[in-house]
Amino acid sequence: MKPIHSFILSLAAMLMAASGAASAQGVLIDQSEIRFVSKQMGVNVQGRFRKWKANVDFRPEDLAHSRAGFEIDLASIDLASEESEAEARRPPWFDTAKFPVAKFASTGMKGVGGDRYEIAGTLSLKGIAKDVVVPLALKRDVAGNSVAEGEFKVRRLEFKVGEGMWADTDAVANDVTVRIRMVLPPAR
Amino acid sequence: MARIGTGYTHTAIALHWLAGLLILCGFTLGLSLKDLAISPQTLRLYGYHKWIGITVFLLAMARLAWRWSHPAPPPVAMPEWQRRAAAATHALLYAFMLVIPLSGWIYSSATGVEVVYLGLVPLPDLVPKDKALASALKVVHVTLNYTLLALVTVHAGAALKHHFVDRDDVLRRMLPFRPRPRRDSTP
Repeated sequence: MKPIHSFILSLAAMLMAASGAASAQGVLIDQSEIRFVSKQMGVNVQGRFRKWKANVDFRPEDLAHSRAGFEIDLASIDLASEESEAEARRPPWFDTAKFPVAKFASTGMKGVGGDRYEIAGTLSLKGIAKDVVVPLALKRDVAGNSVAEGEFKVRRLEFKVGEGMWADTDAVANDVTVRIRMVLPPAR
Repeated sequence: MARIGTGYTHTAIALHWLAGLLILCGFTLGLSLKDLAISPQTLRLYGYHKWIGITVFLLAMARLAWRWSHPAPPPVAMPEWQRRAAAATHALLYAFMLVIPLSGWIYSSATGVEVVYLGLVPLPDLVPKDKALASALKVVHVTLNYTLLALVTVHAGAALKHHFVDRDDVLRRMLPFRPRPRRDSTP
């Protein structure tokens, strides 16, 4: 790549990063998802976050310098109804007035064979930070994009999500399965 | 199965009143749920509401199968238009007992909430989670239920009219405790 192109691209990337609209590698937000499944009264309940930002620089050939960062706007939660979304924003759950954003920052990545990777990182939620490992499988879609998909479990009570009457895990299970799907355009 | 004259079988009568009772419970519960603040108890009640609905669906299927093998007794003497109105009301009641639980199930799927019958049998999601579809299906589910309420009012009103005004056996032959018929309808 010619230096001038490279310069323009990095400028564009910087501008995009500054505006928060996209990331270094430009995760295709519209095709990507952060979803979750919780169990309420033994019933799977699906949800997702409508708004989040990604800062991903993922290079399978150079995992040591790869990184992934996410900022999730917790108030953008999508649940069964507006009532349950309003409930999720309240202090017993996410307390979005005090803790509007959940963050994930990778601390290390490793390949575990084939197209499978493990992304270790820190998840910060409601003022509590915990180490998590996110297993990902990488594949290519027809457009040549890299699609990373994986799921991991979050124990909601470790982050004080769902306190008081909601701490009852018979009502809402402790384990919440987070499913992510990230679509990354071909490397430049 | 024993019959009195050409009346309904005990099974048909039992299924009728059981369905009626469950519809009443499911309807009342559904109506009260929309005003309740979300709590673990509310989530439990939503579960019961869905279980009742699925049970009504299964009962309606069982009743149709039973009715097919044990035809309903011939109608008592009444004007032709009334006989037709009764047949139409009964057909619609069966349709609603099938369609309303289905609409609730699809509605639940559209909100992203699985239905697990009696907490034991997970039912498949009929549609993927979709907010716009969920709002539309909520209106459909509620409207169908108010239409059912109107139909049940007509159904019960007609039965009472037959009993107290026409003084015939229409209501009597569906009663669970088998009172002696007013007129012996056995040929």
